[in-house]
Amino acid sequence: MSSNAITVPGLQIDEKPWVDILHEWVTTVDHKRLGVLYIGYALLFLVVGGIEAIVIRIQLMFPHNDFVSPQVFNRMFTMHGTTMIFFVAMPILFGFANYLVPLMIGARDMAFPRLNAFSFWLSALGGLLLYFSLVGANGLYGAGNAPDVGWWAYAPLTARAFSPGHSSDYWTLSLLSSGFGSIGTAINIIATILCMRCPGMKLSRMPLLVWLNLVMSGMVLITITPLSAAQIMLLVDRYLGGHFFDAQAGGSAVLWMHFFWIFGHPEVYVLIIPCFAFMSEIIPVFSRKPIFGYPVMVAATVCIGFVSMSVWAHHMFTVGMNSYANSFFTITTMAVGVPTGIKIFNWLGTMWGGKIQFKTPMLFSIGFLFQFLIAGLTGIMMACAPFDWQLGSSYFVVAHFHYVIVGGILFALFAAFYYWYPKITGRMMSETLGKWHFWLFLIAFHLTFDLMHIPGLLGMPRRIYTYEPGRGWGTLNLLVSIGAFIQAIAILLFVANLIISYFKGDKAGNDPWDAWTLEWATNSPPPAYNFASIPVVASRRPLWDLKHPEDPDSRYE
Amino acid sequence: MSALANSALANPFPEAPTNWSLPYRGTVAMAGLIIAESAIFTIFVVAYLFYVGKSTTGPTPREVLETPIFYTICLLSSSLTIHFAAKSLARDRVGTFIGMWLLTILLGGSFMYGTAQEWHRLIYEHGLTISTNLFGTTYYSLVGLHAFHVTAGLIMLLIVAIFALAGRVRVEQSRRVEVLAMYWHFVDAVWVVVFTVVYVLGR
Amino acid sequence: MVSRLLPSVIVAQFCRSILKGIEDHMSGRNANPVPEKDGLRPNSGRKQLKQRMKSAVGAVLRGVIPALLSVASFAAGEPANGTNIFAPASTPAKMVTNLSVFVLVITGIIFVVVFTLLAYSIIKFRGRAVDDGREPAQVYGSTQIELAWTIIPVLIVVVLYLATARVIHAIQDAPEPMDAVQVTAIGHQYWWEFRYPKLGIVTANELHIPVSDPANPNPTFLTLFSADTDHSFWVPELAGKTDLIPNHPNRMWMDPHRTGIFVGQCAQYCGVQHAKMLLRVSVDSPEDFAAWVHGQQQSAVQDASVEAGRRVFESTACINCHAVAGTNANGRFGPDLTHLMSRATIASGAAPNTPEKLRLWIQDPNKIKPGSLMPAMQLSDADMDALVSYMETLR
Repeated sequence: MSSNAITVPGLQIDEKPWVDILHEWVTTVDHKRLGVLYIGYALLFLVVGGIEAIVIRIQLMFPHNDFVSPQVFNRMFTMHGTTMIFFVAMPILFGFANYLVPLMIGARDMAFPRLNAFSFWLSALGGLLLYFSLVGANGLYGAGNAPDVGWWAYAPLTARAFSPGHSSDYWTLSLLSSGFGSIGTAINIIATILCMRCPGMKLSRMPLLVWLNLVMSGMVLITITPLSAAQIMLLVDRYLGGHFFDAQAGGSAVLWMHFFWIFGHPEVYVLIIPCFAFMSEIIPVFSRKPIFGYPVMVAATVCIGFVSMSVWAHHMFTVGMNSYANSFFTITTMAVGVPTGIKIFNWLGTMWGGKIQFKTPMLFSIGFLFQFLIAGLTGIMMACAPFDWQLGSSYFVVAHFHYVIVGGILFALFAAFYYWYPKITGRMMSETLGKWHFWLFLIAFHLTFDLMHIPGLLGMPRRIYTYEPGRGWGTLNLLVSIGAFIQAIAILLFVANLIISYFKGDKAGNDPWDAWTLEWATNSPPPAYNFASIPVVASRRPLWDLKHPEDPDSRYE
Repeated sequence: MSALANSALANPFPEAPTNWSLPYRGTVAMAGLIIAESAIFTIFVVAYLFYVGKSTTGPTPREVLETPIFYTICLLSSSLTIHFAAKSLARDRVGTFIGMWLLTILLGGSFMYGTAQEWHRLIYEHGLTISTNLFGTTYYSLVGLHAFHVTAGLIMLLIVAIFALAGRVRVEQSRRVEVLAMYWHFVDAVWVVVFTVVYVLGR
Repeated sequence: MVSRLLPSVIVAQFCRSILKGIEDHMSGRNANPVPEKDGLRPNSGRKQLKQRMKSAVGAVLRGVIPALLSVASFAAGEPANGTNIFAPASTPAKMVTNLSVFVLVITGIIFVVVFTLLAYSIIKFRGRAVDDGREPAQVYGSTQIELAWTIIPVLIVVVLYLATARVIHAIQDAPEPMDAVQVTAIGHQYWWEFRYPKLGIVTANELHIPVSDPANPNPTFLTLFSADTDHSFWVPELAGKTDLIPNHPNRMWMDPHRTGIFVGQCAQYCGVQHAKMLLRVSVDSPEDFAAWVHGQQQSAVQDASVEAGRRVFESTACINCHAVAGTNANGRFGPDLTHLMSRATIASGAAPNTPEKLRLWIQDPNKIKPGSLMPAMQLSDADMDALVSYMETLR
């Protein structure tokens, strides 16, 4: 499977000393290596964030449990949220984008390879800063501790008066660092997509993954920056005596909330849009049909990008905005559900009339569809401001967003891993272990997060280190925790699969899935320069055209 | 898969389009940076406007602010000079380019001097610091953020000036110089907004 | 945790919920019969039927959901008044519950439809083991279908929005009667201060409000402040939650329709002991409420037999933070203790109000609420005995 004008035969490389290999990786500017660095970094923090989650769940298994003190618990949920959003989800998605975008547009690398490396290391510094707080920050409770202000760091809890020591500063500085890294990567992705596409690849012929990463990167530019601005204001308050969020001087705690959520809500769309991208590449291949309604998928995503900037205060329905503001944010939040729902229908339309192959990537994709549907519907419930006055800040919200992040984003990421691992490493992942991983994780996920909605409906607020026994929350929390432990086992299976398959997996070849986008036209793994000669494309599925010269897509465009 | 190999050997790709040209990546990247920076400035402007009139103590804008007309003219003219500089370089008129470029730096530097003077007066004559009241906090943050961006721009302009004086900047570098000029125009545009918000609307 | 009476209790609760749902449906709805004209029903009959069906579904759901939740919560021994948002006892909570049932029905229908399509497609269009190796028809899209599944969601959104906006205004812009009970709630790290400005009462952590007869409402309006960080007042069966934010007063109201104890807790992370900032609302009959008000308006009981304890109180740091009306203790940082013994719990619900717990709270608060701002008072046993005896007289 090697004599092909745009690939090269496998080369024999002598064993290099490990120091040289390490040096290559540390100084690399190759988008593929940086992509793998981002993904590896994120997987490490996935384990760390997962351990934090397990500690939380052990503490909440029984009412009045004392597995950890309230101080430790509060640090756990702060670190768990901050880690998972900023040091797992963002890097892993940027990692996949870094790896795949240049390959899919037929380019040799990103537009700015050195900026790429700089952005990665800046983001990596963020993670290190956050965890350095465990030893470096002095606080009221003793030497060295992590931030405990919640991942939203609401004012005035973060004021000097209520958060003495430096734990909040580590939160601020680490996110400023990773935020600037994200902006650098976003600029790079946009410049790459707009300026480096191979000949013939008009915008209307780009793979959906490329389109969606373009939208996501555009959003990052105006999403992360409000958080950076607010964090600079927080530093001014804490260190220069400023009064941005100082209630005594007329400052406003609500202003922090507005700034944070102007970041925070579009941020979750930044996280989900690349996952939509994965689904839009994987579902067609395993249904053996092109994506249903490509132009609308693009339009819906752009629409989501814009509308999502107008919904932020649905996180603030209980703050005391007037009824007109609450109504406005209700309608915008419901409105953003429309293009999102349309995408689900388009994926269904792709599967309809196809020949579905139930390989592991597709299993996780179907799980995604089911769970994202439910998550979207619980989101619609909370879009109704009065319903949110009960559901908000309760375990119903926690269940909802974990449904999106774990049931949606993580499932899509698993699908992406199983699908592109052959391209990245040249080996197939084990289907057997994959199916075990899928079914175990699916069942455990539903055990935890289906049940988690109920304590919310029964009045259990979030961010509490313990709860009263008489309120009907005990059994449910116990079952939720058991589900979490089983999820951890499933993740270990996944990690084992990643490692074992690297050494023992079947050789993948260029195109193990019989797919249609350009990354499958080169070796697995691709050579450093990606393609021997720059491809030229005439349709959205150049490899379909090559494989089906009697009925190419280019005839229908 | 053999169909792929055969067709690949025979004629792997359709004819390349004859006029395939994409934007310059430097311009696109700078546009992205400008969008991101605009978002940061917008948040600071929103905070400034939100807190207008809400200080509980201390000097008010009306009492202490003096409209910096001269230094504003300096900064805005520097946009004109950098525009001429970039145009000259595109026509390989290196001498004019260097002259206009240095004039830009001078005008930008004058603006920074003016800001420093104003801050000195506010701090020492009126006792207005970043921690005095809400006005102080928002004023120094917003104007300071802008001044920081002017400083960063001036440093970049100086680096280019050094290379230009050493004869290393010619027409081949004109696209890159345009990108830097874009940044400088952005900094001036932000000043128009900051000026309006602080010295016109906020008083 | 599971009581011996559980099976019969579950059945009883289940039946009660279902019957209540049906009862709601029978009263108030369809009060006007459709007039017959020439023996034929006018077209509005079909609309009425639809409406009736919808309200029937809603009624059943309003019965089923609390029933299901009650089953879940009874499995863990929940008290009669819990924190179940589907067991509302006050008008704002009821409005929210009614709206939420409507939303649940609509989202439920959407789920069933889409899930059926998903399940059908993965069964019908699965790749078979034996097949001809040909690719299926490569369909790129369909404008009509895409238009349809855009327009229908838009219509659903419009309907949901209109129903929601109505409830938002009904709750937030509700008119405030002149004689409503007024309470000022001030959130502290980690306790609730309640003042009744028109009645001259200052108390803490346990709120007493009068029951409100729907025919002759007697609502309670609360103004919410915060002395430090953000908090949130949440008693699910009485109202949705509203935040307490420094420098940002908020208003909320509730009019409970039955007497009893309602519980809740702070719902906005406010610091280390956020979890134990509990709420206890006693909804009293008008007579009980008047009696309680009268008692709270009195100064502290003066009991000569606990003079020693009073001296301990007034000479140690207690009076820096606490107030006892009628004495020289006038601290406002901590809860007012004038009528401490009228409360069922101490430390905002973290412990029952017993002499042993009170003693432990004063001696070592970190044993009850680690991280709370109550300092350990480091008193000798003798002083402690005297002090607790004194506090036991503050009824």
